[in-house]
Amino acid sequence: MLRTEYKLNMKALKNEMPSQDPKIRAHNFKEVTTGYTAEQAIDEAKRCMNCPTKPCVAHCPVNINIPDFIYHVALGEFDKAYDIISESSSLPAVCGRVCPQESQCEGVCTRGFGAKVGADGKLTKEPVAIGRLERFVADYHNAHECDVTLNIKKNGHKVAVIGSGPSGLTCAGDLAKKGYDVTIFEALHLAGGVLVYGIPEFRLPKSIVQKEVEGLMAIGVKIETNMVIGRVITIDELKKEYGFEAIFIGSGAGLPGFMGIPGENLKGVYSANEFLTRTNLMKGYLEGTNTPIEHAKNVAVVGGGNVAMDAARCALRLGAEHVYIVYRRSLEELPARKEEVHHAMEEGVDFQLLNNPVELIPTDCTDPRDPQYNLVSKMKVEEMKLGEPDEKGRRKPVGTGNFKEIPVDCVIIAIGTSPNPLIKQTTDGLETNPHGCLITKDESGLTTRESVYAGGDAVTGAATVILAMGAGKHAAKAIDEYLSKK
Amino acid sequence: MYKIVRKRVFNPTETELEIEAPLIAKKGKPGQFIILRADATSERIPLTIGGTDPVKGTVSIIFQIVGASTFKLNQLNEGDSLHDFVGPLGRPTEITGDNVCVIGGGLGVAIAYPIAKAFHDAGKHVTSIAGFRNKDLVILSDEFNASSDKFIPCSDDGSYGVKGVVTLPLEEMLKSGVHFDKVICIGPVIMMKFVTLTCKKYNVPECVCSMNPIMIDGTGMCGCCRLTVGGKTKFACVDGPDFNAYEVDFDEAMSRGTMYKAFEKKAYDEAKCNLFKKEAE
Repeated sequence: MLRTEYKLNMKALKNEMPSQDPKIRAHNFKEVTTGYTAEQAIDEAKRCMNCPTKPCVAHCPVNINIPDFIYHVALGEFDKAYDIISESSSLPAVCGRVCPQESQCEGVCTRGFGAKVGADGKLTKEPVAIGRLERFVADYHNAHECDVTLNIKKNGHKVAVIGSGPSGLTCAGDLAKKGYDVTIFEALHLAGGVLVYGIPEFRLPKSIVQKEVEGLMAIGVKIETNMVIGRVITIDELKKEYGFEAIFIGSGAGLPGFMGIPGENLKGVYSANEFLTRTNLMKGYLEGTNTPIEHAKNVAVVGGGNVAMDAARCALRLGAEHVYIVYRRSLEELPARKEEVHHAMEEGVDFQLLNNPVELIPTDCTDPRDPQYNLVSKMKVEEMKLGEPDEKGRRKPVGTGNFKEIPVDCVIIAIGTSPNPLIKQTTDGLETNPHGCLITKDESGLTTRESVYAGGDAVTGAATVILAMGAGKHAAKAIDEYLSKK
Repeated sequence: MYKIVRKRVFNPTETELEIEAPLIAKKGKPGQFIILRADATSERIPLTIGGTDPVKGTVSIIFQIVGASTFKLNQLNEGDSLHDFVGPLGRPTEITGDNVCVIGGGLGVAIAYPIAKAFHDAGKHVTSIAGFRNKDLVILSDEFNASSDKFIPCSDDGSYGVKGVVTLPLEEMLKSGVHFDKVICIGPVIMMKFVTLTCKKYNVPECVCSMNPIMIDGTGMCGCCRLTVGGKTKFACVDGPDFNAYEVDFDEAMSRGTMYKAFEKKAYDEAKCNLFKKEAE
């Protein structure tokens, strides 16, 4: 039903997102986009028609009641809007920033229906900026939050959560609110998982993650960092010796893939995980930290996902003169969020599309004592063309037999990750599929072991923050049902 | 958290710390390692476990001062605490073979010792070779001696034990017909490469090396520690650190190990300089 309290905003395009100038931001780690003002948010919210079909809700992995929260934004009732989002989402400040909205809620928005590319290369109409509004609401809430003391009645049941990424944080939060005694075990020295080691500061400020973590601690969640479960304590010991009645595994997909081409172990060749960890977790870009990071001149990033975009844009900010994205398919198939691709292009990243790396070639230095020895100097690529669609419907790249060489002194491989095998290797009866993903029974996340649940990338393979968050929520619900019956 | 309960300075560049870490002390086995950070800006430093005391709940580590982070680590004293201490990581050394030779070089001696001890405690015949640059850098010789059926110390300049590198006594023994089921070597990559070549020459059935490449997380996430073993890429942190030495590409490992040499030196100099400034104030 149409809203009657205000006049609909019929502008065809979204309110633009205020952001740092590309030339300036390409050299700093501050957040790229600065967020809507209250006026911009209210104006944008009035573009939502509250259409009867609400396709956005069905296409949100956690089914946030989008038209409702937007309605309250339009009325300037930002706290109410926040409460509505909170019914379905635990990490709105994060998801508003990193969700691939164009393939979820915004992709089906009625306001964007039938959009064409105009003569200026831009879309003729755009969906409601749902992601930007979600971010606005969350940021407003975080900035104006008054101390709410939740009155949680403890129920005495102990639950262990392994991993402090999006699924673990969500699962822990939901259970703690229900009164469970929750402990999160994190392998690294800092909580947040991919939100701290992977996604860079300029896309997701770490203060936001820190706030989420502190929020959990405030409601009684214990966080034990430096704990590699499987090595220092096994899953079985958590149950038998430490008295945890249920366990949620949210250990993510941290194992980096390599291409298996010659020269991949040369100096100057990184997995995206290594490059991003040195930059984001270890803060290699800051003066006064001791973790080294190469400040290369010519950087080639292999892959077309968000991780590839993050790595390319970190390399720019570390002072690279030329950064390439080398991807074997075309612009159409790039799996990264549209906004990240757009930002990367604006910042000057050179997209070498339809190119497939076949070899990495070292310098011709022959003196092992010389730092140049065995350092990558060229990437040989084969030019590709698109062939028939594969089983997923994406057109398969086929080699053309034409090769070229790109001069590089740093190569970052961002072709995907798979789940870390450590917990599976050290837990009897925990089964995985051939890709190393933990097998779960259904939406509850129950694994092949009783009272052991799992969710997020450890189950799906590398996916999105919101799917992981959704899995954490489902598992929390299932764990609650399971332990309530005990 | 992670309190230093004992500090033993071997020489100006090598120090042992005994750290309070009861869970790791209970689980850690010879050949496994830990990762530590002295403070919040330090690197994550991987160090092989030098010994554990499950009763006291402590873990010993021995390190060499090579960069800013190890320099800062060495500034800490008994009663101070480490910022982070995580482990045990990696797979333990397999204590198999009845007659083994354990070889350590330089700081590798510190890692070789608990392995020699584990074999000795398991009732195996242990021959140990420990190599140092000179007598001032000798560490753990009494401990080694007590855990070996035969202990052969050596030094490059002859100021301690046999004059020469560790492959010298090894080759002498193998040449004279001494048989080992297994040789285990831990030390600089170049040393492990030549121990391996010597073992190959005399057909020693098994040769194992303990790799110590550059690492960040130590749980299989960054891939920085990768090396080529038998033509395949392996991660030292989760697949190792022990590998079949006959299959390891030592030349590649050596070159990868030099990646941050220049940075390391600069950061080390800056750290020393900062300390002097602080002391001057």
